[in-house]
Amino acid sequence: MSDPLVQLTGVGKSYGPIRALYDVDLRVGAGEVTCVLGDNGAGKSTLIKVISGLHPHTSGSLRVDGAERRFSSPREALDLGIATVYQDLAVVPLMEVWRNFFLGSELVAGRFPLARMRIREMRRIADQELRKMGIVVADIDQPIGTLSGGQRQCVAIARAVYFGARVLILDEPTAALGVKQSGVVLRYIAAARDAGLGVVFITHNPQHAYLVGDHFVILKRGAAVLDAARGRVTLDELTTQMAGGDELAELSRELGRPA
Amino acid sequence: MRRTLRLLARPEAGALAAAVVIFVFFLAVAPSFRSLAAFCTVLYQSSTIGIVAVGVGLLMIGGEFDLSAGVITISAGLVNSMFCWYFGVNMWVGAALSLLFCLAVGFLNGWLVMRTGIPSFLVTLGTFFVLQGANLGVTKLVTGSVSSRDVSAIDGFDSLRAVFASSTTAGAATIWITVLWWVLFAGVAGWTLQLTRIGNWIYAVGGSAGSARAVGVPVVRTKIGLFMVVSFLGWFVGMHLLYRFNTLQAGNGVGNEFLYIIAAVVGGTLLTGGFGNASGVAIGAFIFGMTSLGIVYAGWDPNWFKAFLGVMLLLAVLVNTYVRRLSAGKAA
Repeated sequence: MSDPLVQLTGVGKSYGPIRALYDVDLRVGAGEVTCVLGDNGAGKSTLIKVISGLHPHTSGSLRVDGAERRFSSPREALDLGIATVYQDLAVVPLMEVWRNFFLGSELVAGRFPLARMRIREMRRIADQELRKMGIVVADIDQPIGTLSGGQRQCVAIARAVYFGARVLILDEPTAALGVKQSGVVLRYIAAARDAGLGVVFITHNPQHAYLVGDHFVILKRGAAVLDAARGRVTLDELTTQMAGGDELAELSRELGRPA
Repeated sequence: MRRTLRLLARPEAGALAAAVVIFVFFLAVAPSFRSLAAFCTVLYQSSTIGIVAVGVGLLMIGGEFDLSAGVITISAGLVNSMFCWYFGVNMWVGAALSLLFCLAVGFLNGWLVMRTGIPSFLVTLGTFFVLQGANLGVTKLVTGSVSSRDVSAIDGFDSLRAVFASSTTAGAATIWITVLWWVLFAGVAGWTLQLTRIGNWIYAVGGSAGSARAVGVPVVRTKIGLFMVVSFLGWFVGMHLLYRFNTLQAGNGVGNEFLYIIAAVVGGTLLTGGFGNASGVAIGAFIFGMTSLGIVYAGWDPNWFKAFLGVMLLLAVLVNTYVRRLSAGKAA
């Protein structure tokens, strides 16, 4: 196992009197996929917000390359190579594909107030990077909202990779997608891992997680209930835990239908 | 096919078609519309709305509203006029003070919207009423009436008039300097939107502020900046009014905020942000100028003008919504 790029130790997060996250440990190294599973409200999105810099954590420690950090803006996390692709906030639908690709990291020439974007170059690079990843868009000038959901996620991931992300945090990238589209995204996750990136893959689908994961963390009500490496846990165990585990067994007794 | 659609989906496509139809229509029904002099008057009329509409259009692309943009023009003129009249200082000092005042109002609008999360419609509705009341109240306190005093004899008036309210005549054509300023501001806005990083940010904060923030766009600074651009352009038009008419009625300016918004929407700006461009907004302001004068040239009751504007607005929204759905697919 390589040294962790990002390591969380006992991280907790409170919003005023409400505790959304307790004492969570998580690590991701280069070329590894760490899957975070959990039901709705389990604390997955809070965890992402802490790592991506949207909301700072309130207890525990977050280390990037071994150095203690507490982010106060997404820019700080981005500058350390931690890029997040949100399920619903991946792109700006009405903007052209190339504008989305470079949003926030535009290439400019000249000085203020006459600085202008190097548009031709940006369009060429966006097209080239997307092709490299097997996404062929008919027209780099079309609004990104015209692409399929899977393609939009892939553009967002390709963008993060191009801009030097070392750690990718993917927030339910397959949640709203069909089987085929999910396959596109999962292949892409595997490609990013093979390219040496650390991936934190957040999902509520254990099948998807097991296809690409090296390490699995299951969250429940803000705390980790399972933390195991691949080989220490089977898909069945993951599925059972995710489906509710003991609670499910109890429920099945209660509802008591004969087999 | 796709290329045609893309062209049709440009924000200004509908407005351009409408402008041509309206132009031909008034050429046909209003004989006095068919002269260079009339055309110049139309341009002047368009510029008085078009200058602030440039800023309002940018702000709307950035996903926000400013209802105080109409009265701030009068506030700007009054601050300059009454300060200089009361203290007897050079008009340039008052103009600079007025500029600071307007930028502060714009900053306050933006800061309140970003800080509180209250919709800009409400925040600027508040500023609108505060300014409207203060315009009348302060003017009455200072001058004893609801109009500002004659300031044409104060130092600096003439040079400021040359900047903000002069005109040149060549034959039948009279070109007001505001027309040139309007073209300049619209050009800078278009350049910024299409070719610069800040333009990219404006589209992004309007299209999806959350996505923009997540990739590191400074959303708060961008939006506050846009509010300040609107109040700067409001100041500019206020200066024009003051140096053209010398005295100002403190109760004026109310209702103009809607003309700016209509110009932007007719020009293809999306009410919810993220879509539009500068030439569309300019065409929207030009349609306003043509119809407001065309109705007069045609000899009709000018009261019908507002009804016409309302119809234009509804048609523009319908056409824009339809075209955008056609071109951008259901996802957009």
